[in-house]
Amino acid sequence: MVRVVLLSLLLLAATAARADELLVSAAASLTNAFRDVGKLFEANNSGHKVVLNFASSDVLLAQIAKGAPVDVFATADEETMDRAEKQDLLAPGTRRILLRNTLALIVPAGGSTQLTSLNGLDAPAVRRIAIGNPASVPAGRYARDALEKAGLWSKLEPKFIPAQNVRQALDYVARGEVDAGIVYATDAAIMSGKVRVAIEIPTTRPIVYPVAIVKDARNRALAESFVKMLGSDQAHAVFKRYGFSQP
Amino acid sequence: MSLMSTGALVPLLLTLKVASWATVLALALGVSAGYLLARTRFPGRETVDAVLTLPMVLPPTVLGYYLLVLVGRNGVIGHWLDETFGFTLVFTWQGAVIAAAIVAFPLVFKAARAAFESVDGNLEKAARSLGYGELKVFLRVTLPLAWPGILAGTMLAFARAMGEFGATLMVAGSLPGRTQTLSIAIYEAVAAGEDDIANFLVLVSSVICVLVLVASSKMLRTGYMRLRAA
Repeated sequence: MVRVVLLSLLLLAATAARADELLVSAAASLTNAFRDVGKLFEANNSGHKVVLNFASSDVLLAQIAKGAPVDVFATADEETMDRAEKQDLLAPGTRRILLRNTLALIVPAGGSTQLTSLNGLDAPAVRRIAIGNPASVPAGRYARDALEKAGLWSKLEPKFIPAQNVRQALDYVARGEVDAGIVYATDAAIMSGKVRVAIEIPTTRPIVYPVAIVKDARNRALAESFVKMLGSDQAHAVFKRYGFSQP
Repeated sequence: MSLMSTGALVPLLLTLKVASWATVLALALGVSAGYLLARTRFPGRETVDAVLTLPMVLPPTVLGYYLLVLVGRNGVIGHWLDETFGFTLVFTWQGAVIAAAIVAFPLVFKAARAAFESVDGNLEKAARSLGYGELKVFLRVTLPLAWPGILAGTMLAFARAMGEFGATLMVAGSLPGRTQTLSIAIYEAVAAGEDDIANFLVLVSSVICVLVLVASSKMLRTGYMRLRAA
């Protein structure tokens, strides 16, 4: 019994936050790309560890606002970052735009749904459409604005299945639980075997990914070198591989 | 702030509807399974007990995933439902009921089994010797004696069903007015940074849970008193 307790204490001590650890909160759509650049950073800075925290941008903001010990923050839209700035959560002068993305209308790869325009979503054959919840997911807000502009939003509202983040919307389409979904082009590319891009959706404003250092970052120097590394050619090769473009 | 202004009424009513149906399902299945395991002897009985208790200890996400795989549009059951009735459980309140019922089931089952096992067999024998058939013995003797225990389990099941989150979110999603129960509405409010709404919903949930617990302990006490008086 004593041995078990001692062993658990040892494990706890080993996993407790370390000074050489960097906590990065990034939008769900950055999951795969940031995992890769995180590894790249660890390889270039031996002894340092990048801990990644993915969720919808709004959830990440709520966590930081409640005091989560985050060092670097990357969102999928300017709006969320603006709110972080307004709440005085960012280190002044560290905010910049990292990447660009595009929005896509996707359908299950094996399904019979044929969509050639946004108007096709109004057809009775399309029973359910997965989108990010506009209240907390940037991808959902881009989708809402595009559909509002097309005059379809209120007409389609009963069909919407709101997702917690863009990757959940992607998963709903990949599993065939919905007939269509709106995600980023980079998300669709990750599941290219299970989902098919019907059309690229023109957005009312460009989809950009701002990044910034959090004001209360525990390790400012490490955060700065991570953000600097995000702008390197090496990192951009990774982002390009996943379909992101440079601002 | 009121129930209406924060939009708490809709998730509240939905939660009560889902939890009630889930409790009814859990009660029917839990009492049957509890009685069966308390009164029959067969090899592997304890293994069956363990499997039936599993939903209580498995992470709700594991249950949610199993359910999604089974009742999803491409799942074995889900595909059949869709083909035969054009109906899918995923993203419907009925799906939320199934998820909550499975999570709440072991609470009724465990309580019912223990309650049936503690019923004095001599009383049942006496009833039989006085001419009662098996069904009558069950309905007039066994069930009334076991009832306080079953009721306690049922109240806990209702409270558990009301608070279900993980499996429900995976199977039924978070559709406002359709599948967004209180616990999911709270999660959404926090995610969206709407702390006022979250605070209010949390308060409503807490009050209801206290009410359920107080009501159940009252019902239990009167139940036992009636038993002792009988």
